[in-house]
Parts: sequence; structure tokens; C-alpha cells
Amino acid sequence: MTDTIRDAVKGFVVENFLFGDTSQALADTDSLIENGIIDSTGILELVAFIEDRYGIAVADADIVPANLDSLARITAFVASKTPATA
Amino acid sequence: MCGFVGYFGTARDGRTLLERMTAAIAHRGPDEQGVFTAPEVGLGHARLSIVGLGDGQQPMSDATGELTIAFNGEIFNYVELREQLRARGRRFRTGSDTEVILHLYDEMGDDCLSVLNGDFAFALWDARRRRMLLARDRMGVRPLFYTQRDGRFYFASEVKALLQVPGVTAEIDPVALDQIFTLWAPIAPRTAFRDISELEPASLMIVQDGSVSTRPYWSLDYPDRDAPSRHTDEREAAEELRALLTEATRIRMRADVPVGAYLSGGLDSSITSALAVGMAPAGLKTFSVTFDSAEHDESAFQLEMARALGTEHRAVACREGDIAAVFPDVIRFTERPIIRTAPAPLFKLSGLVREAGLKVVLTGEGADEVFAGYDIFKENRVRRFCARQPGSRIRPHLFRKLYPYLPGLQQQSAEYLASFFGANGHATDDPLYSHRPRFDGTAATKLFFSGDLRGKLANYDAAEELASRLPAAFARWHPLHQAQYLEARFLLPGYILSSQGDRMAMAHGIEGRFPFLDHQLVEFAASLPPEMKLKGLVEKHILREATGDMLPPVIGKRTKQPYRAPDSASFVGAGAADYVEAALSEAAVGATGLFNPKAVAKLHEKCRARPATGFRDNAAFVGILSTQLWLKTFTGIDSRSQAA
Repeated sequence: MTDTIRDAVKGFVVENFLFGDTSQALADTDSLIENGIIDSTGILELVAFIEDRYGIAVADADIVPANLDSLARITAFVASKTPATA
Repeated sequence: MCGFVGYFGTARDGRTLLERMTAAIAHRGPDEQGVFTAPEVGLGHARLSIVGLGDGQQPMSDATGELTIAFNGEIFNYVELREQLRARGRRFRTGSDTEVILHLYDEMGDDCLSVLNGDFAFALWDARRRRMLLARDRMGVRPLFYTQRDGRFYFASEVKALLQVPGVTAEIDPVALDQIFTLWAPIAPRTAFRDISELEPASLMIVQDGSVSTRPYWSLDYPDRDAPSRHTDEREAAEELRALLTEATRIRMRADVPVGAYLSGGLDSSITSALAVGMAPAGLKTFSVTFDSAEHDESAFQLEMARALGTEHRAVACREGDIAAVFPDVIRFTERPIIRTAPAPLFKLSGLVREAGLKVVLTGEGADEVFAGYDIFKENRVRRFCARQPGSRIRPHLFRKLYPYLPGLQQQSAEYLASFFGANGHATDDPLYSHRPRFDGTAATKLFFSGDLRGKLANYDAAEELASRLPAAFARWHPLHQAQYLEARFLLPGYILSSQGDRMAMAHGIEGRFPFLDHQLVEFAASLPPEMKLKGLVEKHILREATGDMLPPVIGKRTKQPYRAPDSASFVGAGAADYVEAALSEAAVGATGLFNPKAVAKLHEKCRARPATGFRDNAAFVGILSTQLWLKTFTGIDSRSQAA
């Protein structure tokens, strides 16, 4: 399941924040903020994507870098919130 | 206020070339044009008559005919200087400030620059020594560009005049583009044009015996952070500030034509207008821009201030579609790609002033650099406060207070706020610490650079080059003064005074004057202790103290609202301008070769779908569009030329 989530999230990040540019490899643990991929507006776009795609509500307290600042973290966070799809 | 052109070196058809170059900048001086030629030398001038209406024609020679000057700008203390020169036996043939420079140079040589208080650029031909002196004012209000071709040296107030010179071509400088997409502006002497340079502010250049040399004649300096300040009494400092600002305004009201004022509704232009209204016996006309979008519009404050001062006020509305309508013209005048649309409303504003029949306006520009008004200064302070306690969940909430107008930030957690502003990660001894979030955030736009452009730039780092230009004393300054220096020395002349200032005003033959950039006031402000400028998180504290009695409380206590304009939203949606589609098409972007066509297409689509995009996407959109327009305007490259 996590591979599916990771691929979907990566697809969203590459399309929406990298505009399809895959010239620079994005590792699963790369920080989206430190690499200039996402800004404050982008975080909200990411949260909207997760909510729309996985039908979950992301609480304000969950919108922290520990949950959302890399593909690996986002994948783990979404997986933890979507047990029904396991 | 005017424009000039010239050359030094053996020439054929020099007069014809001068006339062509002068015609290219006729908008700067619609009142009259003149040329001067001598063996190996030519000067051309386009005049906007403001001082010495009947006898200030240029180029102007002295009584001996050995000194000749082409001059753009104003020497505001020319009345005092002329009296001093007369007392020393000098005789004047005109009432102009131009002639004052000729006499001063005759007496003092290059040192004459030290006594000039003004906004100026000039070229002075000294036939005795066969040398050309070029100079530019201290803060970089007036522009001066130059190039060399076939052994001849050329100069002009705007690049478009230099493009009239046979053999001078318009090619984009990839490094300048990297600087714009990181620092918002090229670092002078570099310009967007590969073969054309700009004289740095506060510098003079001597062209003689086939060689060119440049040196600064003034520098912006701050006290060492540990040195005791000479300003210990805040009330005394406020009184001194008031006196300096009043005098700076008084000498900037000197003109043989009426002087008006921009009134944005903010603190700075309200102060300059309040001072000016008492110095305009015939009444003061004020001008402002209004926006449809509430987040950009300040019309309520503008009207409040105009009513309080009793000025004759006019406003020009910047409605949906207006920015897109003028943007190609804006780029023709900025002569460089830009990453924000903010110059466009100012283009419309100067047009309004022209329609009203005025040629000169005061503005509040410079106060934010001089008295620490920008949010970036507060951000620097909060980031350093957070860095002292990494991981704090309380301290980063202060970032919300700084940017109440950015809804995306208001909803973020303390952890994210700290991450966005690099509050935990950046080294606080980095000389660019204050500006790292801005530079990093802007550099993210380089994602759209094509593989070819990235290859040309290799490992170039614009921020590193900027850091290499800092003076040795920089490390000893207080962090606020370091941040102020970066703004005042680079972004002010490189963007604010050029793309938003001189170029937008002169597009309609309007001269802007800036009391806050009087060099004596600038030097005074630099000497003030940091806490008198930024008190806690209250910006321009000492300025408020010095002028509070002049303004309605609603203005005097107002927190700074940055001047912004709608960015990508101006170019998408119903009624989007046709040229936008053409400039950003995959064919057009591919033809120019600077950006990744598919990525640009996706960005365009994203902005169309969600006009409320973030900073990076907005900056990228405007930067790419303006670069495409720049290329089309100055090089003729677009999809059609590629197809041909």
C-alpha cells in the first residue's frame, strides 16, 4: 500500500511543484522545504491533495514538517491515517 | 530631468548617430533636444525643462568652450553652491543647476562631486585634458549605461540608445538572468544585456588616453556594532531628523514648474506630502493608484490623508486587465526582466501625472531602506530570536505577526513557520543571513531554467557573488545595519529606483524626487542606533516620533503595508491578453531556449486553474513572461523568428 501512496504523492509533487521536471532526482527523504520545492502556499495545496485523494481530514496539529516534509514522511502519515485501505 | 547620450573616440557620422541615440530616449526629454560634437567627442541631450526654463539648454559649455556637460537630474543645493561660487568671483550666464557643475568642476576637478546634493548622472568633456568624466548620484536614482565598440566608448541614460550604435547587439546575459531570478536585480555593473554595463551608484568613471577607470566617491557606512552611539537622546535625534527631512524636502521643492506628490496612503509619502503642502503656496496636487482587489488597495488611507492635507487629489484605477495591458511597455522601459508586476501600476501613475500637466513629483521612496521599514528587517530579528532557542514552539508564532497579509502563512504551525524562514537552520554569522529566505525562495524559480541555460551557468551562485561585493567593515555592523545595507546598496538602485522608479516615471517624462534619499539624511539615519529605527517589531520608530504631529493618527500609527500588485492573476482568466498565450506557448519558450517549455506550460496551466498561487509560482510566472517579452522587444526573438 505504501508504494502506491508514495507513487501517487510523488506524482503530485512532481507535477504540481516541479512542473514535470525530473532532471534532479527527488529522494524519498529529501526535505521539500530545504530543496525549495514547496512554500507556505504549497503546504496547503499538499494538504488539499491528501484530503481529496484519500478522503481523510488533516487536523491543524498534523500539519507539521514531521508529517509532511518528505515523500517518506507524507507516505507514512497518509498510511497511518488510512487503515481501511490496507 | 532629462536623458543624455554620447561617445568618445574616432567616429564617422557622429552627429547622425547622436541624433539617433537621442531620439531613442526622447521620452525622457520631450521639451528639446541638442547635440555637441568636437573631434572624437559627441554629446546628445533630451531635455525635460524644470530649472532654468529659458536658458538651460544642453549640452552646455563653459565660457572658455573647453568644458562641456550633458546632465540628467537635479542638483538640489545649486542655489547655495551658486552663491558660494559667485562670492568667489564666478560669473554665471544661466540660472540653471547645470552651469553650477561646470564651475565647480573647473575649481575642484573630480572632487566637485563631494559638494553636490542631488539626483544626477552626467558626462563632462574636459577638452584641456582630453578626458571624459562620467558620474552618478550616491543612491543610484539616475541611470547611466556604457559600452565599448570598435575602440570607441559609448554611454547613455538608457540602454535603448546604445542599441542604436552599429555593431552593438542585444543579447541576454545568462548570469544577469540568474541574478534576477535570485536577487531580483542584476548586480551592477552587470545589466541584462551581455555587452552593456551600468555605472554603479556613487561612482565616477574617467575615460582618457584609451583607458577607462572607475572609483567610488562616496559609500554608505554604518557604525561598528560595539561602538558607542553619538545619539543617546531619542528626542534630540527625532528633532534632528525632522530638521534634516524638512530641509531635504524644501530643496526638492525647487523648480520653475509646479511640484506634485505621490500619496500611497502609507506613512512615508504621507510625511513627504505633509511637508510639501506647506511649501507649495499655490496648493499641492497629489496622485495615487487604486486597486480593485482589497488586499492591494489603500484608497481609504489615500483619501483620508488627502482630506487632512487639503490637496487636490487624483487617482488612477488599476483594474483587472490593466497590468497585462501595459506590461509589454513596462518591460520596454525597465529594459530588464522582472519577477514582480509592481512597476506596472507606477507606469499608469506617472501617466496620470503627465495628463495633469505636471513634470515633477515627490515620493516617499527610500524611507523603508533608511529607517528600517521593510518586513525583512523584522523577519531578520525574529529569525535570530528563534535561532537562539531552536525547536521553540512559541517563538515562531511571531512570524504570523509579520505577514498578516499572507493567508498561507497564517494557517501554518510553529514548526512549519520555523522551517519556512530557516529559523533553525541558517548560520547566523552568514553575511546574507537576513536575506537568505528571500534569495532561496526566489532561486527556486530557476527550476524552470532550460538544460541549456543551466549548462551555461554551471555552478554560478548569485548570492555568493553578492556576498563577495560586501565591504570589509560589513562584518562589524549590527545585523539590522547589515540587512539595511543589502537593501539600500543593491535592491534600491537595482530594482526600486530603476524598474519601479526612474524608468516608470520617465516613460511619461516625469521626474521623481526622493526626500528620504537626501545623502545627509541617509548618513544621519545610518548613524542612529538600531533600536531607534526598529523598536521591538515596530518599524521606522524614530520617523514616527519625529513626524507624529503632522499626520492623522490612523496614518501615523499604521503598520507598513508593502506595496504589491496582482502578479500571475493579472495575466490569466477571462480576457487574458493574447500576447501572454503567444509568449508562453511551448513553441515560443522553446524558440528562446532559456526555459523548459513543458514546465512553463504546466505553470501557466496551474496559474490559470488557481490564480492564488504562492510566491515562487508568481515570481516564476512574471519572471518568465517578462524575459520572453524582453527577448522579443530587444532581440526580436520569438517563435516566429525561430520558424523563419
